[in-house]
Amino acid sequence: MSTQPAQPATIFSPVLAARFDKLVTLYPVKRSALVPMLLYAQDEVGYLSDAAIAEIAARIGITELDVRNVISYYSLLRTKPAGKFHVQVCTNISCMLRGGNEILEHCKKTLGIANKGVTGDGLFSLEEVECIGACSWAPAAQVNYEFHENLTPEAMDKVLEGCRARSSGAKK
Amino acid sequence: MATLTTHPDCVPVVSYRFGKGATNIEKYIAMQGYESARKAIALGPDAIISEMKASNLRGRGGAGFPTGLKWSFVPKQSAKPKYVLVNGDESEPGTCKDRLIFEQDPHSVIEGTIIAGLSVQAKMGFIYLRGEYRYLLQIMEKAVADAYTKGFLGKNIFGSGLDFDIVTQTGAGAYEVGEESALMESLEGKRGIPRIRPPFPAVVGLYGGPTIINNAETIATVPHIFRMGAAEYAKIGTERNGGTRLFCLSGHVERPGVYELPMGYNLKKMIYEVGGGIPGGKKLKAVVPGGASTPALTADEIDIGMDFDQVGKAGSMLGSGGVVVLDEMTCMVEFALRTMKFYAHESCGWCIPCREGTDWLKKTLTRLHNGGGVEKDIDNIRYLAENMLGRTFCPLGDAAAMPTIAFVKKFRKEFEDHLDGKGCPHHYAAEPEGALV
Repeated sequence: MSTQPAQPATIFSPVLAARFDKLVTLYPVKRSALVPMLLYAQDEVGYLSDAAIAEIAARIGITELDVRNVISYYSLLRTKPAGKFHVQVCTNISCMLRGGNEILEHCKKTLGIANKGVTGDGLFSLEEVECIGACSWAPAAQVNYEFHENLTPEAMDKVLEGCRARSSGAKK
Repeated sequence: MATLTTHPDCVPVVSYRFGKGATNIEKYIAMQGYESARKAIALGPDAIISEMKASNLRGRGGAGFPTGLKWSFVPKQSAKPKYVLVNGDESEPGTCKDRLIFEQDPHSVIEGTIIAGLSVQAKMGFIYLRGEYRYLLQIMEKAVADAYTKGFLGKNIFGSGLDFDIVTQTGAGAYEVGEESALMESLEGKRGIPRIRPPFPAVVGLYGGPTIINNAETIATVPHIFRMGAAEYAKIGTERNGGTRLFCLSGHVERPGVYELPMGYNLKKMIYEVGGGIPGGKKLKAVVPGGASTPALTADEIDIGMDFDQVGKAGSMLGSGGVVVLDEMTCMVEFALRTMKFYAHESCGWCIPCREGTDWLKKTLTRLHNGGGVEKDIDNIRYLAENMLGRTFCPLGDAAAMPTIAFVKKFRKEFEDHLDGKGCPHHYAAEPEGALV
């Protein structure tokens, strides 16, 4: 018989599970690790699934309701899958003045989806977002965490084409 | 990625190491890096705080509170541990300067955090970045790890016998979390809802302990003050407004960008000389001088020095350094509406004047902009905004109300022009070619 303690069951990859084990020890209270854990879980799973929420609640020692209460506050956290490429177009003041709304409309037309929609193939989702901190390089958008700045409709097309190419490259 | 833009009038203090590979700790050290922390250890808490006071550095987050004074409010004796919290949750519309600091000179933030910690004998610091800046978290985590390896963080830092730890993380998308008390709630793993003050964070802050909270630019400035000497630093700016500021020029200017200019730099000059003026030879209509929360200035109000006192005297605020320029084609009702949409989206909903006020303002402005407004709406907008002022738990309510009052007061004619039922009479999108150049 092994003398090693049984590893608790986890839905996350071994790397992420180990990261979580460490994360809860970094702060004076375990709960401080909650927001980062939710983000990293979302990055791996694609969204905050019931199973992810349950495991995070157990790891921190709070209720699932507590976790959901926090999730609903933060705009980056989601409980439904987004597209593989989540396109976030800023239309706040600095971007608006330099054509942010036009970029958003262009994305809607090109992708054939409305704000907060997901394409049928699950490749893209689109969201109009508040200021992303690219004001001096407006208009700007983020695809997942990647910034794209000084956009024009043509430049936006190139960004979307790049995503498609990366996706088909990954499949081969 | 995010880079600094320069102009002959720029004075590199915070940007002293930008573009020179300072993310590499060896390069940072070679450029006088971590010398300030060593100096601060030798000086001790009281002398650090007097130096900070002498520098005339004022908080770069927006309120402009003197940093040295803020640090001096932390009690010397405390039963609970003390903390330093760096606010890198940059999300004021028009502001993109902290992003540059984290990207180009992450160690300056770490060194500033250490010095802040030394000034109040704290043993732990947190650097909180906004969730959208995930790529910067990787840069910061690497920098923190390198500082641990060098013995600048952890036990017995710089061989001083003192301990100091830093944890760095991101938020997950919430403007309200940039407010200091909501930031502490978020770091404690909760919804970012503001706390009532007093007690102030310097006395009861993170985990109930005395806490220094400063904007990332403020903290990144600290090592430079000790590098140059407080007197030299103070000399750069104007009276009671020491040093430089990273100004984020955006909107209708020829050369938008982040520029480091002395405090008190003339706004007109900033727009026309540094920024190269308005594209297409258009006239200036208005300037939002310090991020979306600050009241707009009209074209004839911009011959002022950009420091906290002079912009205050002109009826606005220096705010976060986000200078948003609006040309004559901009519809001020649309601009007011977009600003209010933001606040209505970001209001945390905790207190009623803000939650209800921002939503009603958004609805009324939408109706007005679409041409369905009635004359009374204009006064109602102002009345609603004036009644939010000073009646909310945190400054988000004021941040929504102040610019709105200014829009109505200064551009009332444009609001009235929307009353004929035909919709927006001067929507710039109607002439996209002119507006988008």
